[in-house]
Amino acid sequence: MNLIPLFIALPLGAAFLLPILRYRNFDKQKTGQANPAVILGKWSKRTPDIVANLINLTLLVLSLMVINRGMLVYKMGGWEPFKGIPIGIYLVLDGLSVLMLLIINSIGFLAALYSVNYMEKYTDKTRYYTLFLLLIAGMNGVVLSGDMFNLFVFLEVAAIASYALVAFGTEAEELEAAFKYQVMGTVASGFILLGIALLYSFSGTLNMADIARIINQQGIQGTVLFVGALFIMGFGLKAAIMPFHAWLPDAHPSAPAPVSAMLSGVLIKAIGVYALVRILFNVLGLGETKSILYILMVLGIISMVAGALLALGQRDFKRLLAYSSISQIGYIVFAFGLGTPLGFLGGLFHLLNHATFKSLLFLNSGAIVYATENRDLEKMGGLLERMPVTGTTATIASMSIAGVPPLSGFWSKLIIIMAAIQAEQFIFALIAVLISIITLAYYLKVQRLAFFGKLGQAWKKTKEVPGLMCASMIILSLLCLGLGILLLPGIKSMILDPAVEVLKNGAQYANLILGE
Amino acid sequence: MKGMTLIVKTIARLISGLIFLYGIYIVLHGHLTPGGGFAGGIIIAGAFVLLILSEGSKKASSEIKKQRASVGESSGIFIFWLLAMLGLFTGSLFFLNLLPKGKAYHLFSAGIIPLCNIGIGLEVGAALFAIFITLAVLKTGEKK
Repeated sequence: MNLIPLFIALPLGAAFLLPILRYRNFDKQKTGQANPAVILGKWSKRTPDIVANLINLTLLVLSLMVINRGMLVYKMGGWEPFKGIPIGIYLVLDGLSVLMLLIINSIGFLAALYSVNYMEKYTDKTRYYTLFLLLIAGMNGVVLSGDMFNLFVFLEVAAIASYALVAFGTEAEELEAAFKYQVMGTVASGFILLGIALLYSFSGTLNMADIARIINQQGIQGTVLFVGALFIMGFGLKAAIMPFHAWLPDAHPSAPAPVSAMLSGVLIKAIGVYALVRILFNVLGLGETKSILYILMVLGIISMVAGALLALGQRDFKRLLAYSSISQIGYIVFAFGLGTPLGFLGGLFHLLNHATFKSLLFLNSGAIVYATENRDLEKMGGLLERMPVTGTTATIASMSIAGVPPLSGFWSKLIIIMAAIQAEQFIFALIAVLISIITLAYYLKVQRLAFFGKLGQAWKKTKEVPGLMCASMIILSLLCLGLGILLLPGIKSMILDPAVEVLKNGAQYANLILGE
Repeated sequence: MKGMTLIVKTIARLISGLIFLYGIYIVLHGHLTPGGGFAGGIIIAGAFVLLILSEGSKKASSEIKKQRASVGESSGIFIFWLLAMLGLFTGSLFFLNLLPKGKAYHLFSAGIIPLCNIGIGLEVGAALFAIFITLAVLKTGEKK
């Protein structure tokens, strides 16, 4: 049995099952007797927790199982290519997809674990997990899809689930953020759909490998460059690269903390950066077009600088983290824009590291909100004393994101800066170093205001958050401490090297999949 | 809203059954004639929407109806998912058409496609109805 469709099918199935399970519960509340029409097992309050966490655990195990399997192509419904032209929908699992699956499903699992306690504050856990699983299914679909239109469909699944999740609290602020996010997200989807339509009219196919082959044959023409620009706008909006970032500082802080962790840690990378580099480098074959690479580099630098400077002035913990996400996405996009293998390595490694420490920081901020109902940094203080686990893990994550050795963030930033020097972009390398120092500055500010200093009067009775929340924060902080080992030769050749290989091969992607 | 006059109510009641039947026809003949699960599902939802429009939103706006519509929707899409997974478990291919294909242009033919259409019809019909009810509930919620 082939494992690949399970990545999409399992979370979808669980998302469909949860509302059915819930119905029985509802009837019992209203009428005092169970609905005889429902034959499924006994409902308890914990059912959605258990189902969602089991599914996420299974997905994590599955994504660990596909490491180092080489390239797998799955033809949906068994439609074989006709005279070498693919006619069915393809799912493609290669090194880059494996890396993304690992990120999505590990952070997804930890965020679901964290939700068990955290989401008690909200009313409807079933609906929350339904949306959460749809989000995961959509992102898994995006990274596995080998078909342009399916990529778009899965992207919309993930995006629509995330709009609803941002609005989950249904307070005025959350609804406003979700509305803004939805408008901007729809504009992005419009650009992407237009790009796909133009590409379809140009090549007559939607299969990504087939498009790549046709572009290989015909050479890069104006249409391809225009489509590339459309995708940079569309996916750039989804990834919140600087001129397209306006929705992110509203949307990410407004969501419940585990959702913020998923959005900032994973979503902007899976449906933004991943989809962008996959299409630009592998499908359109623009990996060697200087103008496109330069655009990526400049956009990366702009978001890096502006995100960091805007983060410096924030008082709201979650908003600061959101601006910091923009800055770090800048690093990643900049690294990809260098277009060298070392740049790809740095970008991918930073993508992985940013997923761990940024989700950890959002979970930390959630823990503080859970314990103190407060997001304002100025009103915090000395919380390390009352919340040792949150405080320690937040310190580790802050140091890691600021690039203090030997934590994971240091290694990825080092590689990015080395790659920039290797590519002779000395000014950009210098800016990257300076921004790293500014990053350290605003995270030190967080540390000083929130965790160190004098304990505020209001927080004398604050308690540490429940065990499961602590557990997921501790696991993430261990990842922050230890992910540097991924650069050791033996382990590097299992996870990072295959992913870099995919981007390095560029338009060879077509031949690998179509098998010529 | 109290609903419309007796004439409208009676005619709507008479017609909605026919519309409902027509929706089922479209769903079941999805693999033979134009239409299918989506189109049929919308017609089925239309039958209910017509009833609510004529009777007024008060009758529609109970939480339990919303729940039932939500469950109908989830069941429809779950049936679809189960059919896809059956293919994966028995024939190792997601969405394998594992039933016999039968003769072309017969009602019982084309393997699992009619079953998929039924699932989609249920999903689309119930989802559209749920959306309509939710909007109706929102309207009354504002007045309180």
